[in-house]
Amino acid sequence: MKILDFDGVYADNNATTPIDPRVRKAMTPFLEENFANPNSLYNHGRRSRKAVEEARERVANMLNCATDEIVFTGSATESNNHVIKGTAFARKDHGKHIVTSKTEHKCVLEACRWLEGQGFEVTYLDVDEEGYISPSELKNELREDTILVSIMLTNNEIGTVQPIEKTTRIVHDESSAYFHTDMAQCPGKMEVDVGKLGVDLATINAHKMYGPKGVGALYKKKDLDIDPLLHGGGQENGERSGTENVPAIVGFGKAAEIVEERWEEEGEKLREMHQKLVESIQGSIDNTEVNGPVDGRLPGNMNISFIGVEGEALVLRLDDLGINTATGSACSSEELKSSHVLDALGKGPEVAHSSLRISFGRFNTMDDVNTVVEALRKEVRELRSITALDEKGKTGD
Amino acid sequence: MYTKEVMEHFKNPKNMGDMENPDATSRVGNPACGDMMETYIKVGEKDGEKYIEDIKFKTFGCAAAIATSSVTTELAMGKTLEEAENIEEEDIARELGGLPKIKMHCSNLSANGLHEAIYRYKKEEGMDISEELKKKHTIAQKTLEKTEEVRKKHGLDED
Repeated sequence: MKILDFDGVYADNNATTPIDPRVRKAMTPFLEENFANPNSLYNHGRRSRKAVEEARERVANMLNCATDEIVFTGSATESNNHVIKGTAFARKDHGKHIVTSKTEHKCVLEACRWLEGQGFEVTYLDVDEEGYISPSELKNELREDTILVSIMLTNNEIGTVQPIEKTTRIVHDESSAYFHTDMAQCPGKMEVDVGKLGVDLATINAHKMYGPKGVGALYKKKDLDIDPLLHGGGQENGERSGTENVPAIVGFGKAAEIVEERWEEEGEKLREMHQKLVESIQGSIDNTEVNGPVDGRLPGNMNISFIGVEGEALVLRLDDLGINTATGSACSSEELKSSHVLDALGKGPEVAHSSLRISFGRFNTMDDVNTVVEALRKEVRELRSITALDEKGKTGD
Repeated sequence: MYTKEVMEHFKNPKNMGDMENPDATSRVGNPACGDMMETYIKVGEKDGEKYIEDIKFKTFGCAAAIATSSVTTELAMGKTLEEAENIEEEDIARELGGLPKIKMHCSNLSANGLHEAIYRYKKEEGMDISEELKKKHTIAQKTLEKTEEVRKKHGLDED
């Protein structure tokens, strides 16, 4: 199956995934003849409505929840903003305290920071060297006026899988806060059963699971009190106004159906690829440091620092060989700030500066692992031959 | 984001790596992100005038940092010390067809490195040093100290 239009390896699946050809096929009629507004009464419109509701069922099935607990949104960023701001405003008479962690996605952190400006109080939990929060620290931070706890299931940069089941139990036993998890990275790679996790709210999107961009979903347990972010025509049961993005929602549904069938097998494949990647890199390149947990991380996610090699330079060298990866180096960001996730691990600027994220997905093969490792050996050697740091990351004298 | 010229110098950098027995070396850094450059020069003499006979860089930094190092060696090679002292950030950026605004100072350390190497050479040889070059030396020292402070804080430069 030819997915890429270039001769190379796409290894940035934690940024976005290619659209599965089956998803594209399912979407096509809704970009062509089936264009009607699902809120229209005539037959054509009812056909769109039916497609949206079937997609909802498939997404609900994947998350193991009821169909009316799924709200379609425009992105994971929107879902996260909806939960955080919506809970804050709906529950402000109950309390003004929110707990989250320092390694959440920017959209969670920035929404929380904005709320701080509106008079809310936010506790940002520290993480340990592998990126884990401490459930006991979380327990200590819970207050009578805590209205929301938002902790991601897996980290998008370093693949840490947080102990969510244990954490939700603590939060529900000790407080009246809602528990939200951002699990955008997880579908297709690991189990995403909201019942088992015990969460009240969960965020996903389609483009991280081989579906289209521009559509997200929010799992919202029945009877939770959350204000909508978008007001208008009352679509999505009043939770999210705006005409439904029918083609994208249909694609999301198809993507969810495939994930539901395939996640165990694909997760296993990604774990094997990860194992091989780590062994091959560590077996042939000196002075590397794995960022995030060594074991048990998000399948397919690897984050590793090649000491003495700056990340942006390495990403661009690999790109020249047709290999797509990412870095947390300050040099690659618009504000020249290094990754807040890598900074939170407390390992120092060198680690972020020389970090590389390699993330595999459904369409990668074991051959891709070999290609990536070959390329890394060549480029790391070359960049180290011209670096002003020695391979331990120290300056030359 | 980068020009063709930057990418070309980045992919095939010129005059990078170790130099045996250099006449002078310098080290400059960027405290914001920890970029580091080492400059090595060999000085020759022709018609009673000293000139850059050979120059090499070792650079830890992004594509722009590597490209500016590379193009600086091309600009400085064969120039008299006085001419080389006057190669500025802007000349380097121009030669590369421009740099992203945010990288203009951050990654453009190579002029700094070159000036500092010349300063050290002149000092060692007891030559006259212009006020302008002294000023450049002071700036280079300050930023390097800050860079090393940041790195030391995180245990990167301890043995």
